[in-house]
Amino acid sequence: MSEKEWPLWEVFIRSKQGLDHKHCGSLHAVDAEMAVRMARDVYTRRNEGVSIWVVPSNAIAASDPNDREAFVEPMADKIYRHPTFYELPDEVKHM
Amino acid sequence: MYTQMMDLPGQVAKLAGDEGPQAERFQARVDEDARIEPRDWMPEAYRKTLVRQISQHAHSEIVGMLPEGNWVTRAPTLKRKAILVAKVQDEAGHGLYLYSAAETLGVSREQLVGQLLSGKAKYSSIFNYPTPTWADIGAIGWLVDGAAIMNQIPICRCSYGPYARAMIRICKEESFHQRQGFDIMLAMCRGTPEQKAMAQDALNRWWWPCLMMFGPSDKDSTHSAQSMAWKIKRVSNDELRQKFVDVTLPQADLLGLTVPDPALRWNAERGHYDFGEIAWDEFWKVVNGDGPLNRERLAARVAAHQNGRWVREAATAYAEKQRARAAA
Repeated sequence: MSEKEWPLWEVFIRSKQGLDHKHCGSLHAVDAEMAVRMARDVYTRRNEGVSIWVVPSNAIAASDPNDREAFVEPMADKIYRHPTFYELPDEVKHM
Repeated sequence: MYTQMMDLPGQVAKLAGDEGPQAERFQARVDEDARIEPRDWMPEAYRKTLVRQISQHAHSEIVGMLPEGNWVTRAPTLKRKAILVAKVQDEAGHGLYLYSAAETLGVSREQLVGQLLSGKAKYSSIFNYPTPTWADIGAIGWLVDGAAIMNQIPICRCSYGPYARAMIRICKEESFHQRQGFDIMLAMCRGTPEQKAMAQDALNRWWWPCLMMFGPSDKDSTHSAQSMAWKIKRVSNDELRQKFVDVTLPQADLLGLTVPDPALRWNAERGHYDFGEIAWDEFWKVVNGDGPLNRERLAARVAAHQNGRWVREAATAYAEKQRARAAA
């Protein structure tokens, strides 16, 4: 049998209940079950997580970093979206 | 554990297409301490330098399991054995974090492992030295991992995001490694005269190879400047080496051991220890494949890869069968 490289999986770990899963790295495994098992050994040897997600790397669609200007920067000039944009009279409390 | 090879000959020169407005924007981002991520534009020479450095670092972690593995079955107590197994497992983990980081630059794991097994890729010279006694396990943790931490902490701020993130995880784990090594040394130095003599013997053999881990002297490392400008490397070899000597000497004193360097003395004027000249011919000999155990280490890796082939094939076949069953 010729050796085929095992697919790449991205690993996401929930460090504790109540927090989001966060990307922490990647690994190669034959299937999802093995990927979870290996992620446990590679990424949670010191209680780093209570839950693991694995996702085939090639299933991730991403924004293009070259589009950063068009994609991200329009957000920067809409400062009225932030509460600090609005000046309140000193008398107003708890808002 | 560790890398050192960034200054070795054959460092990547600037390549075609590495100049121009994109390159200027790239350098500006690096200059303002922004991180570069996998899909960002980067000069080809930056990419190649990183692939080389990160993969050499990964290979070092993997080969670094061998000198320690030598003592897993012979550790003096069950507790020490469990600790050593955990440490060796960490080294495998470090190798994996680093291979993953290298793969984000567009090389495959297969290529990287292939380069190690064919003898084309380098790994840290330190792992080509033997571990004949238990005290060597102590000396490796205390000195080799100590030198590794010294070298790796600045890489946590490396300009390439995935490498920096891998390095942060690794540095956290290395500090356990160094302390377990010092703990072994301490136990032996407080033990029988024979045990203390073993600890001294291990220090005698590891001291100079550890100083070599920091790589060639700054005056001979012609390629550092580019790595510094790219913020792949942040502190020079000689600075790191000096820092290592300065922090390690008091620890040796505390153990009651003598560092094997007659030229070693405190220099109040500099505020540092002065130390003797490193035997660079030995360093280059080991780097170029002629150290005490280069051939044995490589042969052990090749055998492990070949002997594991049936496991990889069986896992692939099993996964295919499961997929076929699920589809049926």
